[in-house]
Amino acid sequence: MARARPAHHIRMMHEQVKGAGGPRDWLAVTETGLFCRPGNFHVDPSRPVARALITHGHGDHARPGHGAVLATRETAAIMRQRFGPDAGSLQAIAYHEEQQIGDVRVRFVPAGHILGSAQIVLEHAGQRVVISGDYKRRRDPTCPPFEPVACDVFITEATFGLPVFRHPPPEDEIARLLGSLRLFPERAHLVGVYALGKCQRVIALLREAGYDKPIYIHGALKGLLELYQIEGVSFGALLDATGADKDAMQGAIVLAPPSAIGDRWTRRLPDPLAALASGWMRVRQRAKQHGVELPLIISDHADWDELTATIDELKPGQVWVTHGREEALVYWCNARGIPARALLLTGREEEEGE
Amino acid sequence: MKPFAALLDRLVYTPARHGKLALMAHYFRTVPDPDRGWGLAALTAELSLDFAKPALIRNLIADRTDPTLFALSYDYVGDLAETCALLWPERAGGGPAPRLSEIVETLQRTSKAETPRRIAGWLDRLDATGRYAFLKLLTGGLRVGVSARLAKTALAETFGKPVEEIEELWPTLSPPYDSLFAWLEDRAPRPSPEAAPRFRPFMLAHALEDQKELAGHTWQVEWKWDGVRVQLVAEHGAKRLFSRTGDDISGAFPDLLEGIHMDAVIDGELLVRGADGHAAPFNDLQQRLNRKTVTAKMMADHPAFLRAYDLLVENGEDVRGLPLSERRARLERLVAAHKSDRLDISEVLVIDDPAALARMQAEARTLGREGLMLKRLDSVYTAGRVKGLWYKWKRDPHTADAVLMYAQRGHGKRSSFYSDYTFGVWRGDELVPVGKAYFGFTDEELRRLDRWIRDHTVQRFGPVREVEKTLVFEVAFDSIHPSTRHKSGYAMRFPRIARIRWDKPAVEADRLETLAKLVETRAEPAENQTGLFARTPSS
Repeated sequence: MARARPAHHIRMMHEQVKGAGGPRDWLAVTETGLFCRPGNFHVDPSRPVARALITHGHGDHARPGHGAVLATRETAAIMRQRFGPDAGSLQAIAYHEEQQIGDVRVRFVPAGHILGSAQIVLEHAGQRVVISGDYKRRRDPTCPPFEPVACDVFITEATFGLPVFRHPPPEDEIARLLGSLRLFPERAHLVGVYALGKCQRVIALLREAGYDKPIYIHGALKGLLELYQIEGVSFGALLDATGADKDAMQGAIVLAPPSAIGDRWTRRLPDPLAALASGWMRVRQRAKQHGVELPLIISDHADWDELTATIDELKPGQVWVTHGREEALVYWCNARGIPARALLLTGREEEEGE
Repeated sequence: MKPFAALLDRLVYTPARHGKLALMAHYFRTVPDPDRGWGLAALTAELSLDFAKPALIRNLIADRTDPTLFALSYDYVGDLAETCALLWPERAGGGPAPRLSEIVETLQRTSKAETPRRIAGWLDRLDATGRYAFLKLLTGGLRVGVSARLAKTALAETFGKPVEEIEELWPTLSPPYDSLFAWLEDRAPRPSPEAAPRFRPFMLAHALEDQKELAGHTWQVEWKWDGVRVQLVAEHGAKRLFSRTGDDISGAFPDLLEGIHMDAVIDGELLVRGADGHAAPFNDLQQRLNRKTVTAKMMADHPAFLRAYDLLVENGEDVRGLPLSERRARLERLVAAHKSDRLDISEVLVIDDPAALARMQAEARTLGREGLMLKRLDSVYTAGRVKGLWYKWKRDPHTADAVLMYAQRGHGKRSSFYSDYTFGVWRGDELVPVGKAYFGFTDEELRRLDRWIRDHTVQRFGPVREVEKTLVFEVAFDSIHPSTRHKSGYAMRFPRIARIRWDKPAVEADRLETLAKLVETRAEPAENQTGLFARTPSS
């Protein structure tokens, strides 16, 4: 990777933002993450803090050990299940419900990322900031869709912030999986899915495609599946992969966390064919690194077209980019005359949630 | 293209042999002809679509993307074809995805200038996976971990035939392998492995220098037609057209081959028909030469046919050992029975005396012939140029006085000499180039010319020097044709320097109007030709 990166655009943008005043005076980037001074709380902090607002339940946004936590009811349930007593003092807030915290009005709006995921809307001193958390614009049967909120500052993710990332329709990817099952009816199709969000969405997509056979499940996925079921999402017949008859899993779909691919655990499966459902599967080199035979490009994050279309739609005064490939997105905003900056938050993990 | 792209996409990630075999089997079983045949050719590296250099791809994507976003993307992806495939702007309503056969067949007859536009049009109609496969196919970077042997094994397993039988056939087959698939699917018998149409070396003629060489023998006299010498091979149920050098040029002349229904090998002249139904000048034929394939328009404008000279094989019988007189008789019967506008015979001229022969040679130009052919009636068909059996007596060349305009350094032992000369004639007050010659002078003359050029250089352009327009060449040339190659709009065929006219002032060089009158519009005049000597020996 010796090619020169065009970095001058970013520098230029910092200068433009500096003179702007406004939300930068009350919403700061600290080592712990975004800190809202007039409300005295952090958003998705990377270390334990006294008061935290959490956008969604993925591990790089929701962490244990905070004092008080404000999140949607679903996110609170996810944190309770994952962290038990370490989840902190959980306070649930409904989508669209307004709360005053110090000098700041706060509300949570659906982000379309996973169950319970929210954008956090902060209003202070006549300015409105939307922290998108992670989001996507495509339909997801397991969570309410993203709602656009006009704002002065839009704080966006950029996990797939390069124009090479354009996710194909997820239905097409599911069709490829089903086509492979017909081609290799004697092989178990082991699909690597992240436990929170991707797992549930892949099952929902399979059911929508008319696949009604039982789906085998790795033990590590069970807890969150049950939580989704309690929240009213139905999945059809699910069976335990652990302890299931090996022959019965011929030509079956088996879901497991990505870490199980190539693990000894897979020895219980008949001639497993490894697939992985992730937006990273778009780029061959990335797909090959994971050693899978069937890369499925299914993502819970906005792709490049969604990221840019959302900014076009919202027309924010400024864009702050939290994590991912912020360079290209900052450049793109700048070229559109929208002041933009990279926040360079620490503690975000690229592959988490994908 | 979609099934092929999907196949490649899966093959890349499938490590196990049995997995690859299953994927290929599915492809061969579900994809129709001729697409699967082209797919097979790509997998076995028999398909060369070397039409796009990386620079072309880079230019296409540069026209459509922001340079900074491209740089960031390329940096991340690390592969040009993949970056381009992913970045290419999606365009709704570009039409259905192209079939692999559409791409292959169209590209082979697309001109270089038109290629980028075609490629862009297909990229518009493909999705990212299709674009990637297409670009890899174009740039020759198809690496899917499938050997030709494995692809043949997949064929064998798919259709339940021994792979050895496929391998034995393989050298005789060519894409898109219709006959192979027909046999694999039990729709046709197995093609015979020995039964490939085969080229036989040509028998060639010496230039006739003196009519005395003809004494003591009986000769068959024919026109030397102004086309291209070819060999038509129709045997073992297949048809091929070979050039003088044995190159298979069948792809460019499907119209001719489709009109041939016989089992024979024929030596003849490849010609095209003009609007009047007669053989058109060489320049018209030229439109169809040096192409891998041909467009329907070209075939309609310049329909090709074969004018037969000689018979080498008939119904599997090699007749090359028979004397010409016998071969000729069989050839006449064969052509007469064939009845196709794609095949006729080069008539034999009956010449009663040497004076008549000279008259015919003199008449060749008026009639649009290249000259005369003289073949001993007892000659057997022998490969190569055997002295004393066949002669060619070409028509006398045209000459024109032209002015040297540019000189270029030669190659090899001439690399230190300015030995390639571009010369022109007058159009109004300006000189316009009509040809380029690099022989016809002695070594001594070359040294003098080289010195003169160095002393009279006006401008330099790399290896080329523009000179003062004062030196006149007497240029001999076989014919002149309208052409876009030179600014004058004309180009000479076979020009050579006949004399260097150190003495002649440039203003006295020829004018373009004079040369334009030499353009032959018809090789075969519409008014019926003389017919005087056109009698076959058997008639």
